[in-house]
Amino acid sequence: MSSFSFDGQPVPLQPGDTILQAAQRAGHEVPHLCWHPEVSASASCRVCTVRVDGRPAAACTTAAAAGQRVECHTADLRAQRLHLLQMLFVEGNHFCPGCEKSGHCLLQHQAERAGMTDLHYETLNPERPVDASHPDVLFEPNRCILCQLCVRASDELDGKQVFAIGGHGIATHLLINSASGRLGDSALAVTDRAAHICPVGALLPKRVGFAVPIGQRTFDDAETRG
Amino acid sequence: MSTANPAPAKLRVATVSLAGCFGCHMSFLDIDERLFELIEHIQFDRSPLTDIKTVGLCDIGLIEGGLCNAENVEVLRAFRANCRVLVAVGACAITGGLPALRNHLDVGDMLQAVYGTVPDDPELPLPLNKVHPIHEVVRIDHSLPGCPPSADAFWHLLQDLIAGREPAHGLIRYD
Repeated sequence: MSSFSFDGQPVPLQPGDTILQAAQRAGHEVPHLCWHPEVSASASCRVCTVRVDGRPAAACTTAAAAGQRVECHTADLRAQRLHLLQMLFVEGNHFCPGCEKSGHCLLQHQAERAGMTDLHYETLNPERPVDASHPDVLFEPNRCILCQLCVRASDELDGKQVFAIGGHGIATHLLINSASGRLGDSALAVTDRAAHICPVGALLPKRVGFAVPIGQRTFDDAETRG
Repeated sequence: MSTANPAPAKLRVATVSLAGCFGCHMSFLDIDERLFELIEHIQFDRSPLTDIKTVGLCDIGLIEGGLCNAENVEVLRAFRANCRVLVAVGACAITGGLPALRNHLDVGDMLQAVYGTVPDDPELPLPLNKVHPIHEVVRIDHSLPGCPPSADAFWHLLQDLIAGREPAHGLIRYD
């Protein structure tokens, strides 16, 4: 079986593999936010950036090939990943202590894994009004990291196209497909995959918050609990 | 003449809560009986534990809370000027924390809503229009994230600083 090198370890590959798929299957951790096994890859967050034969590339969309030399957990890539995560934190309004997604949040988890202890950059405090118009799903745009997982899930899994990304630069935001632009007037149902796939709690089913005790949450391991 | 080595000088430590809830100080106290070991190596300067009102020359300053008014900024600058090592402690100091939930609201509107008028007593510090994390005003040497950081996080940080080591970050969490 052909293979490539991942941080010096041989990783077997199958036809059609991306670097992220093959590395994860072989048991290697590749940090990521916008990738999910159920939907197509978009390479929008760049947290999974690796070096392939010396050149930076998104592991979630780059095809794996025999003989490649892939570097993932080097000091410079770790540093770049940390700054990327710090920028994601200051570009939104992330209140981990009061967020019901805390302990299940992939952004929080990746930042903790990356050793993020401070924000480094100036907080931007964007104004993003909450949309609570849907009877069963809350849209909290302050937490949105524009990963497009809801966009792809709604399109590819639910066949509804409820979401899209619009705007430019710091004003880029999640659009909702309804005449009013509000979630309550859209075709989203709480049973849709798009209502559950958000990695950061920007889209959350209502009335199920804080259901899992601290210590039993997705990312409550010995390392993060102390 | 005695040949015994003199006792090493104790590190001076100051602590303060700016726009915070004192939860980080409570977590600090949760190091429990290890406080007796700690007090062999440090002595407190300005702190709620001593009730000293101004900060003197210190080795370590622990800052809880963010900046929500002019007095917070003044105290923070005094800590930076007097402390060799400044540590941002907890979510409010590092990110603004839950007090920063008011950042997309108008301060005047909020004061009107809460008090029915805008208080104008000269003894009241001027509110800032936004709550800021402390790294936006002064240089910070180390950060202890968490709401609050665990007692062990405080303990390991102080152990490292007392021993002259670069603090290790093995206990990171944000809630």
